[in-house]
Amino acid sequence: MDTDLSSQDRKDLDKFIKFFALKTVQVIVQARLGEKICTRSSSSPTGSDWFNLAIKDIPEVTHEAKKALAGQLPAVGRSMCVEISLKTSEGDSMELEIWCLEMNEKCDKEIKVSYTVYNRLSLLLKSLLAITRVTPAYRLSRKQGHEYVILYRIYFGEVQLSGLGEGFQTVRVGTVGTPVGTITLSCAYRINLAFMSTRQFERTPPIMGIIIDHFVDRPYPSSSPMHPCNYRAGEDNGAVYPSVEDSQEVCTTSFSTSPPSQLSSSRLSYQPAALGVGSADMGYPVLFAGGLNAAHPHQLIGPGKEGGVPPVPNQPAHGTQADQERMCTPLDGVHYSAATPSSSEDTETVSNSSEGKCGSPHDLLETIFIRKVGAFVNKPINQVNPPESPETESPLQGSLHSEGSSGSSTGNTHDDFVMIDFKPAFSKDDILPMDLGTFYREFQNPPQLSSLSIDIGAQSMAEDLDSLPEKLAVHEKNVKEFDAFVETLQ
Amino acid sequence: MVGPGRSRCCGPSGAAPAMNCRAEVLEVSVEGRQVEEAMLAVLHTILLHRSTGKFHYKKEGTYSIGTVGTQDVDCDFIDFAYVRVSSEELDRALRKAVGEFKNALRGSGSDGMGQISLEFYQKKKSRWPFSDECIPWELWTIKVNVVNLANEQERQICREKVGEKLCEKTINIVELMNRHEYLPKMPTQSEVDNVFDTSLKDVQPYLYKISYQITDSLGTSVTTTMRRLIKDTLAL
Repeated sequence: MDTDLSSQDRKDLDKFIKFFALKTVQVIVQARLGEKICTRSSSSPTGSDWFNLAIKDIPEVTHEAKKALAGQLPAVGRSMCVEISLKTSEGDSMELEIWCLEMNEKCDKEIKVSYTVYNRLSLLLKSLLAITRVTPAYRLSRKQGHEYVILYRIYFGEVQLSGLGEGFQTVRVGTVGTPVGTITLSCAYRINLAFMSTRQFERTPPIMGIIIDHFVDRPYPSSSPMHPCNYRAGEDNGAVYPSVEDSQEVCTTSFSTSPPSQLSSSRLSYQPAALGVGSADMGYPVLFAGGLNAAHPHQLIGPGKEGGVPPVPNQPAHGTQADQERMCTPLDGVHYSAATPSSSEDTETVSNSSEGKCGSPHDLLETIFIRKVGAFVNKPINQVNPPESPETESPLQGSLHSEGSSGSSTGNTHDDFVMIDFKPAFSKDDILPMDLGTFYREFQNPPQLSSLSIDIGAQSMAEDLDSLPEKLAVHEKNVKEFDAFVETLQ
Repeated sequence: MVGPGRSRCCGPSGAAPAMNCRAEVLEVSVEGRQVEEAMLAVLHTILLHRSTGKFHYKKEGTYSIGTVGTQDVDCDFIDFAYVRVSSEELDRALRKAVGEFKNALRGSGSDGMGQISLEFYQKKKSRWPFSDECIPWELWTIKVNVVNLANEQERQICREKVGEKLCEKTINIVELMNRHEYLPKMPTQSEVDNVFDTSLKDVQPYLYKISYQITDSLGTSVTTTMRRLIKDTLAL
């Protein structure tokens, strides 16, 4: 019941929740990019830094978040979730975390929206910054690279925790009471990672000195696609997404020490957009070396095979998207396009123009869909969930398997993970085909010197005695030379 | 290691309506070379939540708030990473205090036990010639036990264990921060220096001070050092 809430407060509250949701997604995804994040403090308010925190907006992430929200806000029974998972180059994937932004029915009617709620949301974002660094997935994400990559997926609706395995743990980031309900932010994370040494996922140097950051295409027909957490800020990949920094979405930075009556009001309008299909492209998997649990089927089913959700017929027909496994989101996707950043409204009505998206996103997808990875275990085929679309497989898959088979694999088909034979830096195949550990063990116990053994020693002694007179005669002949030598030393 | 203990202590006697200062205690056991990073991690995590952007007061009693940047910090001796406020001044101030604490821990008479406290307080103006009163409203105490390790294997284990413990402490700190208990009311322009440290040029933490105590082998406190890290110290 929000009959006590003024319309202005209601508008402000809706806007705060909306941008809080968007910033939450940014913080989580950026924390899984594998890089250290650094933003600058600014003593002067810029008007675009929501919650007085410098959190950059990756346009693609904002776009995906808006698409998942589809004009709605987290409410009771409708949670916004960010799923973080890990994927190997062989196609195995594993959910690591689910971050949930939920709303419950407990209302705080007395709280001031424009001041207290805003500041508490700011505090909650700071807590999120801190907590995203302490869950196990953070360390994994810092080490992602050739062996595995980290994926993110945003969805809206019911929280799905089944993919986290048994005994997952939950950490509550915080709550903020509002007049329309209490916002709760929490994270459920898989814990059986703790039994796997993170050293297994140390970066290995690229093969032949070539840095390869391509990834095997794994189409994701799930309700919302997986995306990689490897955005490189500053790269002009050509994909143009509507910027979140709309001129009309000014964040509230003015406060009053008196009752809030002088805040600038910003227009908040969202209309349930008539939405088309969500994009299913841009799956940047986190490729992961090592045998993990078999990929979750809902992530790796081939195109069009995921539970009866057909591609929307009016999806843009440009090359990239046509190649990808496009699935509708349950909430209907969003017609998005290369909308100019100056798209004014908050609505998601964007045209199906494919021009802006044809070029570089396609190139980008191409680059990410060719993957070459280093030492991988040769997993039995029946344990790996191969992609259903062979045409998008890396042409190098065959070579990968042959490489892997030359190495020893001690994996049990039913193990959660498989031992990988790493080839350490100092091991050279052409000299000694063994790793450092094997070398050390072998040469730790060298054979005894032959001259120290009794039998051989006795034999050589007898021989020495026999040859002694001859040697003495030779030395006597050279006495003068020896004396001269000794004199030079003195 | 014990988790945070919560207790309430009264403000200084003579404070008019009794203002409860909530106190939280965290305990960590670390190796000598980890002391600095562990303390900085905890202090920065707390100050991240207790710092805001610079206030800019306008007419008619309104004010706007600057932006707080953040940055990731990787520890060298601990398998741990944390987020701190992007403010070199604040970082320097904390490093200075932690450095002194570390040196005191190493000093003679110490068996490697001590505690460092971060206190948030408000100033209450008093009339001349009396100095302003400092009323604490939140006190964080980090008890440190320095252990000596025999070999590299133990050190490696310690790296990981201390990293896990700091993760737990971060979760504890966040949980306490989000209880939304007492915070000083947002001040007017004339009173902002009674609530916030306005000396930094890029961020504005609540007024705080850091102190430490070293425990000798007998368990008694031999050194109490108060360091005022606020700019406008009123010591006479």
